[in-house]
Amino acid sequence: MRLWTLEHSRQLINVIGLGFCLVATAFVLFWLLWILSNLFYEGLRDFHFSVFLQMTPAPGEPGGLANALWGSLLLTTFAILVAIPIGVLAGTYLAEFANFSWFAAVTRFVNDVLLSAPSIVIGLFVYELYVKSVGHFSGWAGVIALAVIALPIILRTTDDILRLVPVNLREASAALGAPQWMTITHIVFRVAKRGIITGILLAIARISGETAPLLFTALNNQFFSSDLNQPIANLPNTIFKFAMSPYADWQRLAWQGSFLITLWVLYCNIVVRLFFKSSGVIR
Amino acid sequence: MINKGNLLDKLFYSFTWVSALSVMLIMTGVFVSLIVGSWLSINMFGVSFLSSTVWDPNTNNFGAAVPIIGTLTTSLIAAILGIPLSFGIAVFLTQLCPHALKYPLRIAIELLAGIPSIVYGIWGLFVFAPFFEIHIAPWLTSAIGPLPYIGVLVRSRSFGIGVLPAGIILAIMIIPFISSVMRDVFEIVPEPLKESAYALGATSWEVVWHVILPYSRVGVSGGIILGLGRALGETMAMAFIIGNSNQLNLSLLLPGSTLSSVLANEFSEATGDLYTSSLIELGLVLFLITSLVLSFSKLLLIRLAKREGQRR
Repeated sequence: MRLWTLEHSRQLINVIGLGFCLVATAFVLFWLLWILSNLFYEGLRDFHFSVFLQMTPAPGEPGGLANALWGSLLLTTFAILVAIPIGVLAGTYLAEFANFSWFAAVTRFVNDVLLSAPSIVIGLFVYELYVKSVGHFSGWAGVIALAVIALPIILRTTDDILRLVPVNLREASAALGAPQWMTITHIVFRVAKRGIITGILLAIARISGETAPLLFTALNNQFFSSDLNQPIANLPNTIFKFAMSPYADWQRLAWQGSFLITLWVLYCNIVVRLFFKSSGVIR
Repeated sequence: MINKGNLLDKLFYSFTWVSALSVMLIMTGVFVSLIVGSWLSINMFGVSFLSSTVWDPNTNNFGAAVPIIGTLTTSLIAAILGIPLSFGIAVFLTQLCPHALKYPLRIAIELLAGIPSIVYGIWGLFVFAPFFEIHIAPWLTSAIGPLPYIGVLVRSRSFGIGVLPAGIILAIMIIPFISSVMRDVFEIVPEPLKESAYALGATSWEVVWHVILPYSRVGVSGGIILGLGRALGETMAMAFIIGNSNQLNLSLLLPGSTLSSVLANEFSEATGDLYTSSLIELGLVLFLITSLVLSFSKLLLIRLAKREGQRR
């Protein structure tokens, strides 16, 4: 009979350690499946297309999420339209004009902190800045809050991707006599188009599910409204309100809303990956 | 023509410069507006705001100790559960996984990061909390409850929602962030280092533990702290699952509150300037904590990138 040697215990530790890694991966995948399967089951049970057409109901009455979906669409669209030019131009400044300066280093640092700042704090900021001075909650406040959240994402991806564009493209363009703004907008942006769009898509995915910054900015609205100067209905806040309520039919709508949001966010994420499979820029 | 080009160049440059400046302005603006907003409360309560456990809107007496402790506790639970799991995933993806599975598995883990926090919240409230109440909590009480010292943490009856379930959900939420940073830093460990260890007869685990981990120490810490920063500021999931109690409890099975959950639940219904101002001060405390933690993580990761740059 062989003795239990050092070799054996090393092998045993090896098997235990690697086994743990396997189990850890399987365990986390199990959670993903658990969450998604529940979400699909609860979201699709009793799902009806009237969700897209009817307004949010009073408890006990039939209804849908039309006003919330419309409000979310408006808020997200305007927020992203505000964030795109600022984010892309700021990223351009960092990558093209100030790449190695201390200003760029500090801005990148601050941008990264802003990128991971709690979104509810951004909501408070916009409340102090805008809601308080205007005197009432409004859709525009929600737009500003979401834009502040989208901005760092777009800036970061633009900066990263522009720095990957080869310098000789810029030199070739300059040698042909193009001024710098033309080189950047016509050559560099064209090469980096896919990367910039990726950043925009990631930003859309992130802000479509954001709830916390809308709590004290856009608030909510029971009715259909396109007036961004007034509180406006939006999907995340409606989910929050309905899920916390004791009414079964409101909770059902909350599940369906969560299902729609997740489907949309996962769709954006998958498009990003297919669109940009071969690059290591996205983190 | 040349002049026009020059003018447009300057114009374009100024536009980009102003945009870049806006990031700084926003950051400063957040700080200033939070300080202005909480000025009333800062003046009223001073430093004792941080240590007082009272939160009573009826008597206008506010203290942040309970939500601060709740925030730290849930994040600590998330770290204790999330770090080993993230480490396991990162090791599996970089060292063990068959090549064909690598990409799909990576995406699957990253999808977890994409799920909006409110969805974790509603799932946690309707699915996980009942599951926790029926299956996990009684087992914890009978297994750990009788032990000295730590037993008291799990001895009470669970209602499903509470500090521990909130911490567990939080762990799942931060795993994708931590594991993706760990994976990235494991991938930059030079092959020759690993190969020399294998050539000396090291097992795969020994290579991971004695070569890869020491080499990527800084990056791993950066990733962990990044995940912690996320955990500290997480709002909607906490607002759903933690139970929103302003009482300080020793038991992790009972409801508690975090800085963010108090804000989410009370802000829009707060009446009176002092109440609002105290809530904003909670936001200020939260922003200070997360900014410090995130800056620290960024510094670690930047140091790593610099070292990596010198090596190449």
